[in-house]
Amino acid sequence: MSIPVPPEVAQPAAGAPETAALLTAERRPAPRRTFWTQLKASLAMFGNRKSAAGLIILGVFTLVAVFAPWIAPYSPTAQHLDATLEPPSWQHLLGTTHIGEDVFSQLVYGTRGVLVVGFLATIMATVVAILVGVTAGYLRGWKSESLSALSNVFLVLPGLPLMIIIASQFQDPPLWIIAAVLGLTGWAWGARVLRAQTMSLRNRDFIQAARANGEPLHRIILVEMLPNLMAIIASSFVGTMTAAVLGLTTLAFIGVIPVSNLNWGTILFWAQQNSAFPDYWWWYVPAGLCIALLGVALALINFGIDEYVNPRLRSAGERARALKKRGIDANAAVTAVRTTASPTSFPAARAAADPESTTA
Amino acid sequence: MSADTSAPATQASPAAPEPVDPTLVGTTATRAERGRMRVPWRFIGGRAAFYLFTAWAAITINFFIPRLMKGDAVDAYMARSQGQLTPDAEKALRLMFGLDHSVPLWQQYLDYWGMLLRGDLGVSISTGMAPVGDAIAAALPWTLGLVGFATIVSFLVGTVLGAVIGWRRGGRLDVLVPVTTFLGTIPYFWLGLIFIAAFSSVLGWFPAGHAYEVGVDPGWNAEFIGQVLSHAALPVITIVIASLGGWVLGMRNMMLTVLDEDYITVAQAKGMPNRRVLWRYAARNAVLPQIQSFALSLGFIVGGTIVMEMVFSYPGIGLLLLGATNAKDYALMQGIFLVLVMAVLVANIIADIAYAILDPRTRQTEA
Repeated sequence: MSIPVPPEVAQPAAGAPETAALLTAERRPAPRRTFWTQLKASLAMFGNRKSAAGLIILGVFTLVAVFAPWIAPYSPTAQHLDATLEPPSWQHLLGTTHIGEDVFSQLVYGTRGVLVVGFLATIMATVVAILVGVTAGYLRGWKSESLSALSNVFLVLPGLPLMIIIASQFQDPPLWIIAAVLGLTGWAWGARVLRAQTMSLRNRDFIQAARANGEPLHRIILVEMLPNLMAIIASSFVGTMTAAVLGLTTLAFIGVIPVSNLNWGTILFWAQQNSAFPDYWWWYVPAGLCIALLGVALALINFGIDEYVNPRLRSAGERARALKKRGIDANAAVTAVRTTASPTSFPAARAAADPESTTA
Repeated sequence: MSADTSAPATQASPAAPEPVDPTLVGTTATRAERGRMRVPWRFIGGRAAFYLFTAWAAITINFFIPRLMKGDAVDAYMARSQGQLTPDAEKALRLMFGLDHSVPLWQQYLDYWGMLLRGDLGVSISTGMAPVGDAIAAALPWTLGLVGFATIVSFLVGTVLGAVIGWRRGGRLDVLVPVTTFLGTIPYFWLGLIFIAAFSSVLGWFPAGHAYEVGVDPGWNAEFIGQVLSHAALPVITIVIASLGGWVLGMRNMMLTVLDEDYITVAQAKGMPNRRVLWRYAARNAVLPQIQSFALSLGFIVGGTIVMEMVFSYPGIGLLLLGATNAKDYALMQGIFLVLVMAVLVANIIADIAYAILDPRTRQTEA
């Protein structure tokens, strides 16, 4: 029974406690809080692979939008009447339309239309969502309730019909009106989520402490609360942008937005008007794929933020895979106790333990 | 083992003759809850106030939108008739539409309410002066039948799929989450046009549009029903494909959160069958936010039908709205918008009731 204890195991028990060494160890100086470390910390939610992939795609689209005149080989409205409805070639990378416009150039310039209106609408919607949501969450009583009721009303109103009705009232709506209409119908969801989160933050200790210290309201909201709401704001920004891009292209496709505002939806509008389906695939496939790709990029960013906010979403799959690798089913109600170490003898051991099952 | 769990059950009802499955009885707390289902009047009152307020706000927005814009229905109509109508006729039209400039705005507002309460939505210029109510009544069943069916199918399939994916976390099914999300980011109208190009123009399996062929007589006969079904196939399939991703993702994320809860571990430790743990314990709790977003998404679904009906030339309410928009037929636009808002509100009320039945906490905390 008396097994000799190896000296290296016995040592900590006999000698000075290990914790003393830790306590007396020189404390590492706290990293200096510079602008860059703070920026890095607030961008941590984009640090995983999914978010990064989404941001890269979005960045490429942004570059294309900015440098459209240098990338596009032709003007998007230049007509090459000697080359109409041509399939893709080196002259026209993605073919031409019914009046000889270069589809690739239209696509490149269309990126600009989509992103400008998309960002503008999303920024408007997010600002309104933050103002209404955080205020409604911080205030109490009837003020909070009435702001909440306002966002609930906008949540319930059907967005697209409202957009169509409002957009159709203008003869030739400028870009910012289109963006405002998209923003008007898109802010409510973000406000609702922000209100819920602010309400839960309001009663945390650090907010109470700030209030007890006599910090002014704008400082409490801007400095204490907003950093804790960044992930939710980012996620609602991305969600609103997805809705705005889909809304814009849909409105353009329906023909509510004037065709002078070139975007991917307008390309599809002309393609359908001139019965490009199904023969002239180069006219309608790239624009649709671009919208889908932009949507995928935004969805990837949102996946990454979701996993940052709720680490279970990522770890659950990883844990289950790790268990499976060791031969354990994550959902098994009873954990199998393996008496033998080698996996080769496992079936034999089971057969020996349970002879009924083999005979039955 | 069973003696421990069934102890409260035998305590409360000592005269229980045969042994009951303790997992079916539940705890004393659940039975006490079942015993007194008090009606949460305050909760119901609060929700009712919200719905009344939303309905009022929607109707008011509806009233003001055409009046704030330059040019009204009568102007548009006069412009289209190109001087064939006399100023007297214009005045008569204005009186008929309640757009008389000499009447103050609040009077117009009250008149509008009076018309609504009488069930009168006005007359539609673009459909030959027919009552707006009739035009909507003709289009609504098509939209409700098709989109309602497709939405319920998508919700059920997506939720069940999401529950299974969440349960088998880390397995091969995880691939379905990004795949269905990708399908959801494709613009719906494009998906519809591609499906028409592939399955109608090239393969010829399904008709490309409309609810039924022109020559068929609408009625309860086999030919007409068959026509309606085959014409509805492509729209239903595309709606389900486009909207599946959101349900799958939402349910799967919620399942992953719920599966870490202690009561799941306890249920499994008691030796409860996996199927029961999955559906009655995990999925039942994970589905609650799904129901909430189901109600909220109805607004988007209603919006989506406009595009669907345009792509498939389906004679529903969305196509009617587009036609009304192009013709600047404000009475019809207002009527349709009102019907859409009311539909969303009714759906939200149903979702509220379902939520209160499924989750006792909403009744307790709000009341």
